[in-house]
Amino acid sequence: MKPTNIQDPEYFHKVVDCQLACPAHTPVPEYIRLIAAERYTEAYMVNWESNVFPGILGRTCDRPCEPACRRGRLEGEEEPVAICRLKRVAADNKGAVKHLMPQGPFAANGKKIALIGGGPASLTVARDLAPLGYELHLYDEWNKGGGMMRTQIPAFRLPETVLDEEVNYILDLGIHTHFNTYVSSMRDMLAKDYDAIFVGTGAPKGRDLQLPGREAADANIHIGIEWLAGVAFEHITAVGKKVIVLGGGNTAMDCCRTSRRLGGTSVQVVVRSPFEDMKASPWEIQDAKREDIPILNNMPPKEFVVENGRLKGVVFGKVRAEYDENGKRSLLPTGEPDVFIEADDVIIAIGQDNSFPWIERDLGLALGKWDLPVVDKKTFQSTLPQVFFGGDAAFGPENVITAVAHGHQAAISIDLFCQGDDILNDRPGPTTNLISQKMGIHEWIYDSGVTNDDRYAVPHEGKEKALSNRKVEVELGFDTQLGFKEAQRCLNCDVQTVFNTSRCIECDACVDICPTSCITFTTNGEEEDLRQRLNAPATNLSQDLYVSDVLPTMRVMIKDEDVCLHCGLCAERCPTAAWDMQKFLYQVTKAGHTCSNLVE
Amino acid sequence: MSYLRPSFRHPLLPKNELGFTRADYEGAISTLCAGCGHDSISGAIVQACFEMALEPHRVAKLSGIGCSSKTPTYYLSHSHGFNTVHGRMPSVATGAYLANRELIYLGVSGDGDTASIGMGQFVHAIRRNLNIVYIVMNNGCYGLTKGQHSATADAGSKTKDGGLNPFEAIDLVGLALELGATFVGRSFSGDKTQLVPLIQAAMTHPGFAFIDVLSPCVTFNNKPDSTKSYDYVRAHIEATATIDFVPEKKEILVDYAEGDAREVKLHDGSMIHLRKLAPNWDPRSRTSAMNRLHDAKSRGEILTGLLYIDQDSQDLHELEQTVARPLNSLQEADLCPGSGVLAGINAKFR
Repeated sequence: MKPTNIQDPEYFHKVVDCQLACPAHTPVPEYIRLIAAERYTEAYMVNWESNVFPGILGRTCDRPCEPACRRGRLEGEEEPVAICRLKRVAADNKGAVKHLMPQGPFAANGKKIALIGGGPASLTVARDLAPLGYELHLYDEWNKGGGMMRTQIPAFRLPETVLDEEVNYILDLGIHTHFNTYVSSMRDMLAKDYDAIFVGTGAPKGRDLQLPGREAADANIHIGIEWLAGVAFEHITAVGKKVIVLGGGNTAMDCCRTSRRLGGTSVQVVVRSPFEDMKASPWEIQDAKREDIPILNNMPPKEFVVENGRLKGVVFGKVRAEYDENGKRSLLPTGEPDVFIEADDVIIAIGQDNSFPWIERDLGLALGKWDLPVVDKKTFQSTLPQVFFGGDAAFGPENVITAVAHGHQAAISIDLFCQGDDILNDRPGPTTNLISQKMGIHEWIYDSGVTNDDRYAVPHEGKEKALSNRKVEVELGFDTQLGFKEAQRCLNCDVQTVFNTSRCIECDACVDICPTSCITFTTNGEEEDLRQRLNAPATNLSQDLYVSDVLPTMRVMIKDEDVCLHCGLCAERCPTAAWDMQKFLYQVTKAGHTCSNLVE
Repeated sequence: MSYLRPSFRHPLLPKNELGFTRADYEGAISTLCAGCGHDSISGAIVQACFEMALEPHRVAKLSGIGCSSKTPTYYLSHSHGFNTVHGRMPSVATGAYLANRELIYLGVSGDGDTASIGMGQFVHAIRRNLNIVYIVMNNGCYGLTKGQHSATADAGSKTKDGGLNPFEAIDLVGLALELGATFVGRSFSGDKTQLVPLIQAAMTHPGFAFIDVLSPCVTFNNKPDSTKSYDYVRAHIEATATIDFVPEKKEILVDYAEGDAREVKLHDGSMIHLRKLAPNWDPRSRTSAMNRLHDAKSRGEILTGLLYIDQDSQDLHELEQTVARPLNSLQEADLCPGSGVLAGINAKFR
């Protein structure tokens, strides 16, 4: 193998699994260390810079970082660090932050941008562009900003105060808001004097289910996301005693739990496929079950039963899943008799689609498969050069953190576009920094010890109180002490083991001390062969091997990054400091830090 | 400084025949200087015991005083251990071995503990062919007392503060050969591929198995003008042969070119494969070993590897014709065989 090029910023970025997995690449270990140091304000700002909504995401994020967490790969039943809920600790305990954010008014640069939709993607674009002097006009059909974070996430998961606070940090940057304004024509928008338009309108159309009885029972059949929005804006305040929620995603979980708070005493979720195929996050399924909501699987609905003009219930078939050799699923009837379940209300939460009835088809803005706009994956530019898309509106339903990541990239594109730069080739690379953590002969700046603690559970509000009012937040969050303990479980994967070949005397001290047998000195070879003959087999192909230059004995140092604990013992036991622990900070560069700006 | 090692191990650590991983043979975290050669030797001992699938409770580790003699804490934490008075490890080991011949005795000592204060004990343990693996972690200086020359420092060596050593070195390997040791080897802490099979072979040898391991003192004696530094040893090392240890019952899968290799059968049926043999050397001939040793020394080379093995070694118990079982397993009936036996013995003297 060739020596590893650690000058490539992506090499060490890959070692920080959580940060790599985060769509916005938030420097996770960096803020977790700040939480452990009780520096909540700084921890909050590290988050705010990167993901814009720390308090919101600390409660509601889909947490792609957690399955990636190295801790989950350690031996035994080790679980990932509770990264998401630690973010909330920073948000809950922070001090004043507003003075740390960009301070307006900003000198105008003469460019005007329209943001259609007031959700996380548009708000991110607004935050990145406002300090650069852009005049930003945000349009939303509701009376407040936040988009799906307000309409689709129930208040018992995300209190309105938290949402308002973080949305307002952005609106206070001098954004011109046009609330209660539904944009009904792209042609009209294009005719206005905007230099660029960003579309962040989400995936606003909930799927319906056309079955016998659908029309007749319409009064008691609701579409999940519309129903949730109705509840959020208090147009809907009650639901029947018996409720059936159809669907197995997070929206279904939110619907059933909301129903329990609006008068539903017998609420059931019915999924047409097996449990394993449910799209909802495991923790949201667990929270629903904790509120006495049974989930029935392998039961596709067949008919809405109507009696005397009123919904009586739903008939379900029974199926089992079979998978062909390509993993494609088919649901086959088991032959068991159909099941009838009584219901006063049915909520359909089986997915949502993009919908652009307001974009005229003769504008040169191409819409492709499934009516999704044709958007460049890197620049977020549509086929109309001045129109950009982001969030669910761009590539279909994802999640808040993905929308934020899109927002950052779209903001870069819009800035480059407005400044007359090339939006693809002038994009800035990441900002990286690598700093030795050596503090003394055997001391490190970071806390290098590895705790054995199991993942801590977030305390919940008592069930009775939680179900009495839809605005009572269920999760209470870690207090500072629990937060500290959970923060200590972080392995500090951003503190890199950096190897200096010329200093190594091949004493083997690092090999002998490494708790997880990551380091091997051996003759070089092809990767496939090397992975088999290391001190412990390196079977996780998604994790790189760190290969040194050739040493005096003609061997090379090979480190398998897979289960390195970043405990620093290799560097501590190294007599010549050939190993050093160096903190790698990787930050996605934001709009305004482009080459042409720096030259000025 | 870390005083604890994280308890997580690699999830796919290989297991030996007993179902143990390498981690089951480890000890506490080392308190020696970073980069100390002794730690590598500890690592080699762990590796050797793991590969041989030794039951940890069947091993007794003994040591004297010194940096070297601290190391038993850093390996085999589930084995028996005895840390003796300075230089007195061989006599305690002799007592232990006489009491229980069923354990594997692993003695570690340093150049001070063996070549100075413990020299009298060392030579007699060889003479009695005590069944023990005797490893000397040899760094040519007294690291624990700030790096003065030891008796194995080569003449002309300098201490870290510039003091010149005017005295000739004691060559422990030459001494052991001369005194009739039945297994003699030398190795280097920085070469585990050689050291691990050498330790394994020594552990199966019935008798005094001596391994002199050059083990650089990174703090006091890893200087360019030291003959016991990593660089010097690497530059002057000359191996008798490449060693493979093949345990009993393990199929031999590798075929070596004839004339280039030799197999030496060990007492328990295990084998040592010696490849790339040095010319004019027969590991079974003491004279040949001594000649090779002197030859290498005169050329300024350090001869390593297995130097000599006596396949017909008879250890202390055999020489003394003592009881075959451990003393603690002898019951009253064994110890007091009755008046009839006594009468028989008495009758012999009439």
